[in-house]
Amino acid sequence: MDNALEISGLKKVYKGGFTALKGIDLTVKQGDFFALLGPNGAGKSTTIGVITSLVNKSAGKVKVFGHDIDQELEKAKSFLGLVPQEFNFNQFETLLTILVNQAGYYGVERPLAFKRAEKYLKQLDLWEKRNDSGRMLSGGMKRRLMIARALMHEPQMLILDEPTAGVDIELRRSMWEFLRELNEQGITIILTTHYLEEAEMLCRNIAIIDSGVIVEDTDMKSLLSKLDQETIVFDIDKIAQAPKINEFTSRLIDDHTLEVDVKKSQLINHIFSQLSEQHINVHSMRNKSNRLEELFVSLVGSGQKVNQESK
Amino acid sequence: MSSKSNVIALKSILYKEINRFMRIWVQTLVPPAITISLYFVIFGELIGSRIGQMGGFDYMSFIVPGLIMMSVITNSYSNVASSFFSAKWQRNVEEMLVAPVPNWVIVAGYVGGGMARGILVGAIVTLVSLLFVDIQIHNIWVIVVTVSLTSATFALGGLINAIFAGSFDDISIIPTFILTPLTYLGGVFYSITLLPDFWQGVSQINPIVYMVNAFRYGFLGISDVSLTLSFLVLGAFILTLFAIAMTLITKGIGLRS
Repeated sequence: MDNALEISGLKKVYKGGFTALKGIDLTVKQGDFFALLGPNGAGKSTTIGVITSLVNKSAGKVKVFGHDIDQELEKAKSFLGLVPQEFNFNQFETLLTILVNQAGYYGVERPLAFKRAEKYLKQLDLWEKRNDSGRMLSGGMKRRLMIARALMHEPQMLILDEPTAGVDIELRRSMWEFLRELNEQGITIILTTHYLEEAEMLCRNIAIIDSGVIVEDTDMKSLLSKLDQETIVFDIDKIAQAPKINEFTSRLIDDHTLEVDVKKSQLINHIFSQLSEQHINVHSMRNKSNRLEELFVSLVGSGQKVNQESK
Repeated sequence: MSSKSNVIALKSILYKEINRFMRIWVQTLVPPAITISLYFVIFGELIGSRIGQMGGFDYMSFIVPGLIMMSVITNSYSNVASSFFSAKWQRNVEEMLVAPVPNWVIVAGYVGGGMARGILVGAIVTLVSLLFVDIQIHNIWVIVVTVSLTSATFALGGLINAIFAGSFDDISIIPTFILTPLTYLGGVFYSITLLPDFWQGVSQINPIVYMVNAFRYGFLGISDVSLTLSFLVLGAFILTLFAIAMTLITKGIGLRS
């Protein structure tokens, strides 16, 4: 068995007629770190909802580690751990109670559940808060609590829906490290995120969904290699007029900032040499946007076109 | 899940439910004791002394079983209604829905929690009653079975109410407009044999009449209706409500989109 998740022909039409998923196919291999990206309302959370049985599907098949959710729902659920987008724990219960009860729903005995709760609360820097109620936690702590909760039954697949939304940079990086370690231990991870840098840094494979259609499903390297142009931002000496850089399209944003579009076939060296010839010093340079972000914008745009044409 | 896992899941839900009403005991356990004391002072001491005997017993002794049963009904119903609706509202019901917990375990867990509160409140009210009247026991097993079946019936009713409820107002409509009138008209404060024939007939379709009378039989050995019929009615209600609750949760009504 190679696949942690197999989705075929998945459709979801909500009451009122809104079609959230238009027959998607998706496969996630065991041990993968997989990104499911898409704009708001694209169908990411609906897909996750169907996998975790919180949303009833209209058509299609979903298999979790080979177990069809129509025939072996409880077995399929036992493999899954879910970190939802919205806080959905009891705000009045203590952290320990929340975790130990959650483990109980998966058949984990209380003594073992207490040990696991201690392990994950310590790993996620929440042990000091174990006897506080959920409502006393900060937003970042609540996110970490939901990760700890999803791990209490030691699932083989962890699904995280926007796990770092509203989390500061330092904490986000420590959560990335934690997720990487989990993946190295063999846990398959499916991640949805708005931080495309996060997906690029963590995930090996990626699917992009837009208006209920998968518009891209490939590995991260192949996807990034499709990017045929990047925009580089140069911080330069103060200049009055835009320099002329042959074979490149450039724009002077302000008297210190120059943007240059660089095609995949072009060398950045040529920009430096031409700037040097014009006695313009470069202090620093950076990508204008995340590489994945540029691809995402272009793919989501084309997805919208496809959908409009199919209407 | 294996049967052992199901038992652990059931115990977890029960622990959560019992922990919830014990944590807020001032809101859940104290008010029934105060209310019942007021009933005893007003209906027992002040008015009851002028009524004289009913069913061969002084009025205070006659109303004790009904008052205990009224507390059991109200508390088992409201415990599940508010707890399950709160879990829906806070969305922590999803903790159970994503886990491999069979639907019957969810139903049994919440109903068990409602029964626990109903029976505990019933015990508290019984203790308070001892301050006002000497309680006699005719058949303890009838008392135990009746209180268990009644609390299970109304816990199931509270669960169904919570499944359909879309707001906190919705979980107070049924208790206010259906449960309270049925309880007051269920023979708590009077014997239905005192009613005209027509209203006696109407009372036969009030399920609470059977519960109160079976319970009263356990204490005093008197009942306006047959004990067997009372248990049959209770059993039929439990089976019907359990089937409805299971169907609703399986279909995900109000729980899954």
